[in-house]
Amino acid sequence: MIAEFGLAALWLAAALALLQLVAGSLCLQPKGERMSVIVRPAAVMQGVLSALAFGALLLLFLNTDLSVKLVVMNSHSAKPVIFKLAGAWGNHEGSMLLWVTVMALAGGLVALLERRLPERTMLATLAAQAFVGLGFYAFLLFSSNPFERLPVPAREGMGLNPLLQDIGLAFHPPTLYLGYVGMSVAFSFAVGAMLTRQVTPAFATAMRPWVLGAWIFLTVGITAGSYWAYYELGWGGWWFWDPVENASLMPWLAATALLHSASVLAARDALRAWTVMLGVVAFSMSMIGTFLVRSGILTSVHAFAVDPERGTFILVLLAIYIGGALTLFAMRAGTIAEGERFSVTSREGALVVNNVALSAILGIVLLGTLYPLLAEAFGVKVSVGPPYFNPVSAIFFLPMLLVMAVGPLLRWRRDSAARIRPPLMACAGIALLVLAGLIAWGPPGLLPMLGIALAAAVGIASLLPLRGRKLRRTPLPLWGMVIAHFGLALALFGASADSAYSVERLVAARIGQVTDVGPWQVRLASVEPTAGPNWTALEARLEASYRGGAPIVATPQSRYFWAPVQQTNESALLTRWNGQLYAVLGGEAEDGRWQLRLWWKPFVTCIWFGGLLIALGGLLALIGRVYGDLRRRAILARIAQRKVDLGR
Amino acid sequence: MSLGLKAKHQRLVLVVVAFVALVAAALLAMWALRSQASYFFLPAEMVASPPQPDQAVRLGGMVEKGSLATLPDGVTVRFVVGDGKAHVPVSFTGIVPDLFREGSGVVAEGKLRADGTFMADNLLAKHDENYVPREMKDMTAAQARATVAETK
Repeated sequence: MIAEFGLAALWLAAALALLQLVAGSLCLQPKGERMSVIVRPAAVMQGVLSALAFGALLLLFLNTDLSVKLVVMNSHSAKPVIFKLAGAWGNHEGSMLLWVTVMALAGGLVALLERRLPERTMLATLAAQAFVGLGFYAFLLFSSNPFERLPVPAREGMGLNPLLQDIGLAFHPPTLYLGYVGMSVAFSFAVGAMLTRQVTPAFATAMRPWVLGAWIFLTVGITAGSYWAYYELGWGGWWFWDPVENASLMPWLAATALLHSASVLAARDALRAWTVMLGVVAFSMSMIGTFLVRSGILTSVHAFAVDPERGTFILVLLAIYIGGALTLFAMRAGTIAEGERFSVTSREGALVVNNVALSAILGIVLLGTLYPLLAEAFGVKVSVGPPYFNPVSAIFFLPMLLVMAVGPLLRWRRDSAARIRPPLMACAGIALLVLAGLIAWGPPGLLPMLGIALAAAVGIASLLPLRGRKLRRTPLPLWGMVIAHFGLALALFGASADSAYSVERLVAARIGQVTDVGPWQVRLASVEPTAGPNWTALEARLEASYRGGAPIVATPQSRYFWAPVQQTNESALLTRWNGQLYAVLGGEAEDGRWQLRLWWKPFVTCIWFGGLLIALGGLLALIGRVYGDLRRRAILARIAQRKVDLGR
Repeated sequence: MSLGLKAKHQRLVLVVVAFVALVAAALLAMWALRSQASYFFLPAEMVASPPQPDQAVRLGGMVEKGSLATLPDGVTVRFVVGDGKAHVPVSFTGIVPDLFREGSGVVAEGKLRADGTFMADNLLAKHDENYVPREMKDMTAAQARATVAETK
């Protein structure tokens, strides 16, 4: 019953999306205004119904209903409850249902909450949201039905890939999806504004909180995914430029650019066409990411659908939406009036540089990700990795950081470079001092060295906008900017320190043997078998002491799962304020020695703390903006009330 | 710089600047891709036309039976990767992936030394039966051919 209920809710939601599209489009015609009453309710109901459908799927997984094909393929009655639930979205059909659910919920929330846009633009936006949603409903219902029943119920499920059975990973896909699909709102806003030709500061102010929300989830998702790859894969790295990682980075880059250009449009009514363009690009990148990940073109833990038909379906959707939006942009860009002007040395000028640099990095990542696919079409197999991505993106990333340090100090419209020279000279001095110190210490390589020096300077420069302000009375969005920029500097510091000063040891150790790695002495005390709910493991007991201090125990494991059969290495981490000891247990050599791989990674945790600070900055800005909007509404309501009172 | 920037040309200037920067990024990317992309070799291709000693490449094939040996340090393994036509000796220092064993497929990332030994920095083996590295999908066919050739 639950499966049939879910499927029915999904069909109803799709029908409502169609209604929303038709009614919304009719409203744009001269005589169609009467249809406008049904657009918002349709959007809200569509959100509710798709949430019900997703709830039904969760319930099926919770009960391990073995008459449903998807449950049989991806779950097992012996799994812990949390991984039963995670199994619901840890597969192709379930994740696509999550996709349309988030999209419908986002549309419903916009319909419910957004009051700042002109009504016609609002209706066009909701129609666009429904149009995008319809394609994905069709994809789900016609090629990836998550509620399909088996003719005969199975006796037992097949289990979930053990790599995915991890508490962090259980929440990784939903977080990223809220980010990916949240961008659909920016896309719809952009299309709506282009349709009604109302690219105004009001459009930017209305769009900004939605983009911020999606961007926060993306930031958290990317940070968490990076930490997951770091401790779960057991390779000691935290970013591999894997196509799947790039697929989440690209929308983030576009959304970051969009946030900055939207703030120019909101504050100064400039960069109109560019902001609209970025709104289209951000969600396009989400869809390209989904296509890359879900089509089976890439093979990785993330690729579920190794089915050419599904890949083609998504490709057609991509072509329609991205192609359509870009065509609309090409037709309307000329008619979007030029915005306000500004001088080169101004806040706007700095933000333009930021936008161009972010777009350039986006292009570099996109080309590097697609290149192996293009080459394969010509029969050449290549892979593209860090030797390409690191230096080439650094060429644009480092200048962008410099501008990030300067931009917030500049005034809008026009400013003089002389006014902000003293604080900048101080920051440059700090960078040079750090650089000199590093060279004296023993230079670790060009990029990491530049990274550490820049991180110091940019970190301090990012705090400068608070100078001379009363901290209690500083507006939240400004706090958000300062914290996010500081977070980026912190992440850069962590990444540079890790790549400059990591120490790695690979040994075959006897029981009782002590290995030195950086400031640590690590003693292999024992290797014992142990067991979990659905796995057995060999567990090493390592006694690690930092500079001769009291030993701390770390227990890396080599785990063996039986449903499905697979072996994984669980790394063990010892975290100090100044870095992490990272230990992996390998196999047993014939002579009774155990392979151990140990790293000392100074300040590596700064990478993820930095990422979280960036997200926190976004959250503060979002709270500030929403609070500001609520106060504005309250004041408007009071004025309206006063008018009514006076009229009496 | 004056605010006016000769009246209405500002948008044009912005567009041109952004365009030039993006084209520069694209050209840079294409150039870097040609020099930095790591090419995939089968053993026969690697023997016929070896890559430059400092060029990072990937070697895919089957770990030949009886070739796997661990050196006395306990963490370096030597084995031979073959495709039924040619063989390349490989040396790898590190923890081998779980499903790495003789007779199964592997993709090694690394560089070919002048003496003909492939120094691998990383090994990719079959993760489990559902997730196979891209290059290895084709290799199963090559493997099948090799097996046929060997049993003849």
